[in-house]
Amino acid sequence: MTHYLLRRVLLGVVQVFLVVVGIFLLTEALPGDAAVTIAGDNPDPAVIAGLREQLGLDRPIWQRFADWLLAAAQGDLGTSLAGPRSVAAVIGSAAGPTLLLACLALVLLVPLSTGVGMLAARREGGRLDRMITSTTLGLYAAPEFAMAILLVTVFAVQLGWFPPTAVGGSLPSRPDLLVLPVVVLLLRPICSLSRLVRAGMIEAQRSPYVQHARRLGFSPARIRFAHALPNAAAPAVQQLARTADWLIGGVIVVEAIFVIPGLGTTLLEAVSARDLPVLQGLALVFASTTVLVNLGADVAARILSPTAEAHR
Amino acid sequence: MQNLNRRGFLGLTAGAVLLTGCAPGGGSTAGAPKPGGRLRAAFSGGGAAEVLDPHETDLYIEIARAKALYDKLADYGSDMSPQPRLAERWEPSADLLTWRITLRQTNFHDERPLRAADVLASYARITEPGGSRRAKSTLSVIDLANSRAIDDRTVEFRLKRPYAEFPNALATLGAYIIPEGTTDFTKPIGTGPFKLVSFEPGRSFLAARNPQYFDGAPLVDELQIVVTNDEAARVNALLGKQIDYAHDLTLTSARTYESSGQLQVHRLPLGNFHGLAMKVDRPPFDRPELRQAMFHLIDREELLRSVLQGSGQIGNDLYGKGYRYYAELPQRRQDLERARALVKQAGAEGMTIDFNTSDASTGLKEAAMAISDQAREVGLNLNVRLGNKDTYWSDINKSGVLASYRSGGMPLDSHFSQRLLSSSTTNNTAWRRPEFDALYDEAQSTLDESRRAELYRRMQEQLFHEGGFVWWGVSDWIVASAANVGGVDDRAPANTLDWARFDKVWLA
Repeated sequence: MTHYLLRRVLLGVVQVFLVVVGIFLLTEALPGDAAVTIAGDNPDPAVIAGLREQLGLDRPIWQRFADWLLAAAQGDLGTSLAGPRSVAAVIGSAAGPTLLLACLALVLLVPLSTGVGMLAARREGGRLDRMITSTTLGLYAAPEFAMAILLVTVFAVQLGWFPPTAVGGSLPSRPDLLVLPVVVLLLRPICSLSRLVRAGMIEAQRSPYVQHARRLGFSPARIRFAHALPNAAAPAVQQLARTADWLIGGVIVVEAIFVIPGLGTTLLEAVSARDLPVLQGLALVFASTTVLVNLGADVAARILSPTAEAHR
Repeated sequence: MQNLNRRGFLGLTAGAVLLTGCAPGGGSTAGAPKPGGRLRAAFSGGGAAEVLDPHETDLYIEIARAKALYDKLADYGSDMSPQPRLAERWEPSADLLTWRITLRQTNFHDERPLRAADVLASYARITEPGGSRRAKSTLSVIDLANSRAIDDRTVEFRLKRPYAEFPNALATLGAYIIPEGTTDFTKPIGTGPFKLVSFEPGRSFLAARNPQYFDGAPLVDELQIVVTNDEAARVNALLGKQIDYAHDLTLTSARTYESSGQLQVHRLPLGNFHGLAMKVDRPPFDRPELRQAMFHLIDREELLRSVLQGSGQIGNDLYGKGYRYYAELPQRRQDLERARALVKQAGAEGMTIDFNTSDASTGLKEAAMAISDQAREVGLNLNVRLGNKDTYWSDINKSGVLASYRSGGMPLDSHFSQRLLSSSTTNNTAWRRPEFDALYDEAQSTLDESRRAELYRRMQEQLFHEGGFVWWGVSDWIVASAANVGGVDDRAPANTLDWARFDKVWLA
């Protein structure tokens, strides 16, 4: 296990490095740079040249990357090109709302999707199962932005039950602001995850060891929770990891619609401002999260899965 | 402009108030002015990098915040004429090289009086060598080394050249007055109608009324400006009563909610000019007949209907409709026969010409497509090429022969000096005519306003007949407010004095 972990961590470092290099090259390949975007409409070419020199954009590409890498290795992510703040401060202030949303969604996601999946698996092909299966399939097909607009129109603008956006409020102190964004974030993951739990449960219930437990006269609840669920959970854990990763990096649409100043919003702003240091910082954060979350999920899956146990 | 290059759209547009008084919002149900409350306004933002340095203002939200906290010596009225603000009056010398400005007696938020030294220090900071602050090029007409404070309330500016419209420079975007010696803008001190309470970059700005404001204390107790980048979110927040004022709405939203009575829609006129730019110094548009063919083949009404969706006015090919010194010439209309004859005269029948456009601003692309369709009828093949939206404005300045164009509001003087003189850095039509330069210089060397109007008219006639710009329309700029908001000026183009004038707004 230690050997496995060490290998995965090393691989992770290489992966993060490749992502960071890739982002740097891709941003360089985009037309225009921070100087052009700062200079704006009807720019004076002399102003652009001055800005470029001021921002250090006139230096060769490899030199800028090497400088960045050296500083990043020492924990210094640099300063935003679009303003006076440090990249760490920009990302730090944006991480709060995103983490709050992601954690809340994850905490609710696990019991909800497990519950829905187990409920559907109770009687395969029964009325409840068919109802849950078709609903989850339908909701899974609806993209977040459409669901968000629909929910805001009905529950915020028409009925006035919840605020339509998080404008002007601070998230932790106003739980009502979180309701609609969290619901939108949860809808699709609940669908995909509960379907995996359902499939896993059905498969486990047919397996010899569950049959054996039944013959031994264990209670149905004990069989479900203690024997079938852990085995059904292994594929779901992998999906959960992907969801966690998506929640942290990919909630751009939800952040935009509900006006939540998180990492997704910061990413969009950094791209349009060609703010390379902030983009690099975000790439580092997102890539590291992906690597860590997937590593955690793989380890958890190995522990949960009895077949993997044999190889330990 | 939901997509107008965010760092872009720098229209210096304006609203006249001192002369006309503050116009109440049309269709407002807000009743008589009433003090108290917190006004919450939503704008697109500049992200976590936002600062409160008024000399770095560029986006609408930055300008709105700057004008809440600070003042300029002058500001633009709704016709782009300069209105005195911190300057009580200005008096030029006979040669127009020396201007004596008398300052208003007022205090900064920390009770320090406004002094001539603050003005000189502010302008010195803006024009710092090596810097790229917004107002730098405009204010660099001042010879600061030879300008001085005569006493605490009198500044004497020495100019590098005669400049009869110097007050326009005092009103230019970003020329705010800060206290001498200011280097830290985390706790900004200005003379403006509101004092800062708190600021979170990219999120929220909160300010309290300045009861001693020289132009009358604001009606509302507090002003909050929040960042809301998504247009649909701004509308939803307004409908959900989370905000009271939303800047920049699409026409679709305006139409959807206007009649429902849930909100008030304000269509601010004359702030967003649409046109195209032909480079007159190279083929094929070096032939005046071909430029004239373009003037006559364009169906302005059709463009107004399709590209601007009817929300605006047609133009008469000259910049600055409705502004001071704008020349009213007979309205030009589509004349295909004449256009065909001119194309033939230019020897351009069946010619293919690249037409650059992009998504850098709303309507650029649609206008190019529509004009290219119209041109086909007279035997010109305009080949629409979609360029990169982020580098569009510098690309078309450097190369190409024909491009979709837009502009915010600015005085005619700025339009000429930035775009149409031999020395202009953004001379996008490559219009370099010594005799035109001379007319401009003469207009800036006379104190006689009617003489200047006459000179400007001659310059505009020249552009009307053989210039490289075709300003075919002006679109409205749409903002909305909640039904209980009063005092939103409906006539002030964006970025002028009465636009985003939250000190004159009240909540019923």
